[in-house]
Amino acid sequence: MIAIRRLIPSVLGVVLLFAFSPATRARIGSLVLQAPPKTATMKNPMAGQERARHAGAKLFSRECAACHGDHRQGGVTKAPPLNQPEVYDAAPGALFWVLRNGALQLGMPSFAHLPEAQRWQIVTYLQDPAAGSPLERPRAPHGAASATSR
Amino acid sequence: MLSETHFLLDSNIVASRLHMNPKPSCRARWAAPLVMAVFFGHPSARAGEGPFFITYTHQMEEPGNLELTTKNVIGKPEGGNRFIGSALEFEYGVKGWWTTELYLDGQVTGGDSTLFTGYRWENRFRALLREHWINPVLYVEFENINGADKSLLEVVNNDAASDWVAPNSDARLEKKRELEAKLILGSYVKGWTIAENFIAEKNVKHAPFEFGYAVGVSRPLALAARPERCVLCPENFQVGAEMYGGLGTHDAFGLRDTSHYVAPTMSWTLADGPAFKVSPSFGITSASAGFLLRFAVSYEISQFGRAGERLLRGARGGK
Repeated sequence: MIAIRRLIPSVLGVVLLFAFSPATRARIGSLVLQAPPKTATMKNPMAGQERARHAGAKLFSRECAACHGDHRQGGVTKAPPLNQPEVYDAAPGALFWVLRNGALQLGMPSFAHLPEAQRWQIVTYLQDPAAGSPLERPRAPHGAASATSR
Repeated sequence: MLSETHFLLDSNIVASRLHMNPKPSCRARWAAPLVMAVFFGHPSARAGEGPFFITYTHQMEEPGNLELTTKNVIGKPEGGNRFIGSALEFEYGVKGWWTTELYLDGQVTGGDSTLFTGYRWENRFRALLREHWINPVLYVEFENINGADKSLLEVVNNDAASDWVAPNSDARLEKKRELEAKLILGSYVKGWTIAENFIAEKNVKHAPFEFGYAVGVSRPLALAARPERCVLCPENFQVGAEMYGGLGTHDAFGLRDTSHYVAPTMSWTLADGPAFKVSPSFGITSASAGFLLRFAVSYEISQFGRAGERLLRGARGGK
């Protein structure tokens, strides 16, 4: 019991220290600008691929639309709109970096749990200004099995 | 008091036993549709954190999302009756770096009884705000369960299959108020998820520190997503394996007389819907149960916190 009593202040101390640390309270402007310079040279291996864009749209509706809106318009939560020139013109590697790291202090989760290929598919969708809502689903090519879930 | 209450299927009997007022109050009249609206009138998110049952990864719940999971385990200890241990889990993303969870545990033992065995409250804090090759998460849990608990959410110390043989009427008399800490380490490498957990548990009244571990590795069946919406897309399936067991106490640290399990695991996540997990576990030491079957169903509600807030504001504004 004595050991536990000694332990509780230490655990609370660590939690409070972390919760109110400067890193946690930091505010950043554009997440894309936070990406390290080396990400500017990363190439999207799926750039311009129609299938990747459709897959990215599907992944966007699953993973991102709840906060960024079905049409990337933002405003659902505090999440910013993504139908912006800053996103279309950003280095693909910078967007990939944002997806990998998120901005935990601002409420954007990390999507590192998605395999790299899926993150590139989302980047492909995000950088296409002409892409519509992910809810405008593509038809399954060549009679492949397809199911709607909404 | 709640831990002493048997689960009963008939809600009228539950109401009468708990001396509940069967007539709904004014607040209850609008609370029920409100809760229903929050649950079913709001978009769901992709549920599930991979195929593991015991091993935690460094993936946190998205802020504002609520994930409901029922984790179950079926087993039959030697010389005992078959049982189903169950944990109902409410996981909520408070911040991007902080996830909190409440578990309500219960069990059914064949030829014996059905009972609520207690609750657990856990919190996970991500230590590094960016993704690294290895990512530490600090886990702190308080559990208030009794000796009849069979949810088997971790194995520590000399936990053994023989612990599950005692009748519920005797086992429930043992109170376990414990603090548990875990160091969770997680990595994502070329589509693979690798996680290691180190567990330390301490009864708040007595008993030494107890230790355990869990490690897991998993991978989706396909790394790239298909363009079409599909239920059976390979990227919706994850397969993997986990291993977990006890490591004794600080007085007797080691593998002697401890239980260890190896478990292949599989999860299937429906697009925008529930996730299903199944894992047959095989005991590999004499103290372990020979076989355990785990299965779980999860459903995640996107931005539950905000939806609830909006609905409550609307309800107040409408009055």
